[in-house]
Amino acid sequence: MNKIWIIIKREYLTRVRKKSFLIVTLLVPVLFVAMILIPILMMQSGDNEKIAVVDDSKVFQGKLADDGGVHYKFVDAKIDTFKNTYLEQGYTGLLHIPAMDIDRPGTIVYYSKGQMNVMLKSNMERRLEGVLEDKRMEVAGIDKAKVESIRADIDIVNLAGKDEKKGSAGLAYAVGYGAAFLVYIILLVFGTTVMRGVMEEKMNRVAEVMVSSVKPFQLMMGKIVGIAGVGLTQFLIWIVLIVGLQMLLPLFVGADTMNAAAAQGAGNNAAMAEAMSKINFVVEGVNWPLIITCFLFYFLGGYLFYAALFAAVGSLVNEDPNEAQSLTFPITLPVIISIFIMFAAVRNPNGQLAVWGSIIPFSSPVVMMARIPYGVPGTVPYWQLALSVIFLVAGFMGTTWLAAKIYRTGILLYGKKVTLKEVGKWLSRKN
Amino acid sequence: MNVLELQHLKKHYATHKAVDDISFTIPKGSIFGLLGPNGAGKTTLLRMITGIFYPDDGEIIFDGKKFDPHKDIHHIGYMPEERGLYKKMKVGEQVMYLAQLKGLGKQDAQTKIDHWFAKFEIASWVNKKVEELSKGMQQKVQFISTIMHQPKLLILDEPFSGLDPINSQLIQDEIFEMARNGTTIIFSTHRMEQVEEICDHIVLVNKGRKVLDGSVKEIKQNFKQHLFRIALDEQPNPAQMATWHFTIVQQHEKAYTVKLNEASKTNDILSHFIHHGIQVNYFEEILPTINEVFISQVKNAEA
Repeated sequence: MNKIWIIIKREYLTRVRKKSFLIVTLLVPVLFVAMILIPILMMQSGDNEKIAVVDDSKVFQGKLADDGGVHYKFVDAKIDTFKNTYLEQGYTGLLHIPAMDIDRPGTIVYYSKGQMNVMLKSNMERRLEGVLEDKRMEVAGIDKAKVESIRADIDIVNLAGKDEKKGSAGLAYAVGYGAAFLVYIILLVFGTTVMRGVMEEKMNRVAEVMVSSVKPFQLMMGKIVGIAGVGLTQFLIWIVLIVGLQMLLPLFVGADTMNAAAAQGAGNNAAMAEAMSKINFVVEGVNWPLIITCFLFYFLGGYLFYAALFAAVGSLVNEDPNEAQSLTFPITLPVIISIFIMFAAVRNPNGQLAVWGSIIPFSSPVVMMARIPYGVPGTVPYWQLALSVIFLVAGFMGTTWLAAKIYRTGILLYGKKVTLKEVGKWLSRKN
Repeated sequence: MNVLELQHLKKHYATHKAVDDISFTIPKGSIFGLLGPNGAGKTTLLRMITGIFYPDDGEIIFDGKKFDPHKDIHHIGYMPEERGLYKKMKVGEQVMYLAQLKGLGKQDAQTKIDHWFAKFEIASWVNKKVEELSKGMQQKVQFISTIMHQPKLLILDEPFSGLDPINSQLIQDEIFEMARNGTTIIFSTHRMEQVEEICDHIVLVNKGRKVLDGSVKEIKQNFKQHLFRIALDEQPNPAQMATWHFTIVQQHEKAYTVKLNEASKTNDILSHFIHHGIQVNYFEEILPTINEVFISQVKNAEA
């Protein structure tokens, strides 16, 4: 036991002290926050656009209101000459709306110094469309207020189970999808890490030195547990960093911009504010402690299930790393199949495929995580969860036992390509 | 007292018998040579002695008791032929790690690391990564990590491969000193001149079976061909050569290699030349080298 601990410590420390660990660990939350930050900054960059509008038919005259940092100014000028001088007159862009029939609008052209940004383009298009639609309604004799009153907005509220908990299929879908995908990535990334560790030991010929001090099983388990520790550490740091960075976010962007961005978002759609409050309500309705507990269990269980198999494969590889490719295929295949079952499961969490996929340990870590956000015991009955948990625990004990047998012989075997038949023989050997 | 006794050890693989009924004993403090051609079963034998493999049949007695891999592994140091270190690890940490896995406490291990690194004049490498060292330097580190825990039984498989003569000598001296202090050493190699230089006893295995077992002196005596080397002052005429006592195998001017006839004694030859007033510059028996014994035995087995 003590020896396993020494091995775990080495496997853990050598990886955590690596520069690449530090870089990945710091970079991922930064990217994550950047994904939130960039759209906000993009809105910000719309600041101080001064756009001259040359409207030949005067259809839009006075109907384009200033919007955030974008200012429209209608200019009575000839486009042919004006387009050469608008920059000198302090405009950042020039919008030319040629004379048109409102039923068949021609091509509207925007002149600018550099490329037009996407936000601005869609923003302007939306505004022009709005004006044009109003005009057409007027021509057709349709009362705009009446149209607004006719527009329907239906929202089905789902009350699940006896206690009529409010749920949201959309949110469950998103959470399930995200969690399952995360488990999938963890299985492959950390499984491969284990495999590479074993390959390194075998190719450096450290393996034989090691097994004269410790049992192969201790060596294998030490590595698997040590790397699991690395994974958990990384997640912990990520969660702390992401939460921390999000709290610091206003400092980077400035609280005004954040509020402005939020106000702008809400302003665009009156229903938005209401929708936001709805989401908050639903987020509270999700059983977060259960999801996080299950996530940790399926992350660890799935990892242990596959890591042992990856270790066994690593022990079979000889000098040629390409060999690893073909040998890992039988292991990555069920992982990839489970991601496809997962795609089906998030859409229909009670389908046959989803239910069985979440019980069989080959795919349960990924598929069950897709189903759980839909509710326990509403969508996933307790018996299914229990069966899945029991099978996964039994499953990783089984794969570990199996892998240990392959690993023990594999790491000491040099210069020989191993056939599946031989591996089969190792499995049936007693000691 | 014997440190190690192997009794009818067997290990069979699916296709062949790697070790087929091998028995021998190794007395305490001896340097014991385990010889054999490639694929003779040496590595399998050593893996059983180090507890990596279980024998299919037979018994290993270690230090007077039945071998218990769990406990006894702490008293064995094994430097396998296929050996290596973690390339990205610092030398000091690496040796510390291996020492701890042999059951040494941290303090104890640190004292020993300081001692050995000073003795081998490599104290300045402690913080270098293994990959920065030359192959010979890595070998030295490997050797230190094998003997750190003061094993009762030290097993060295081709310990000198990759070492320059100076470092070879350093390690050879260390092996002798350890043997004097009571460590038993099993030395496995193909390099026969080293066997003669270092080993007291040897066992020769071939195709999973024991072919020879005995002290180096005994074996040389047992396999001698009754060959002698004689150098004379002058070249005698053929009539004066006492060819009834011997046959000339080889002649190089006034030096002869002769094979003694069965009925004759060495003194017969000497007294013959003395009687004829022919000056004998030297006269010595040619004993077979272990290399010759090895080759003849292995070839015999093939024939």
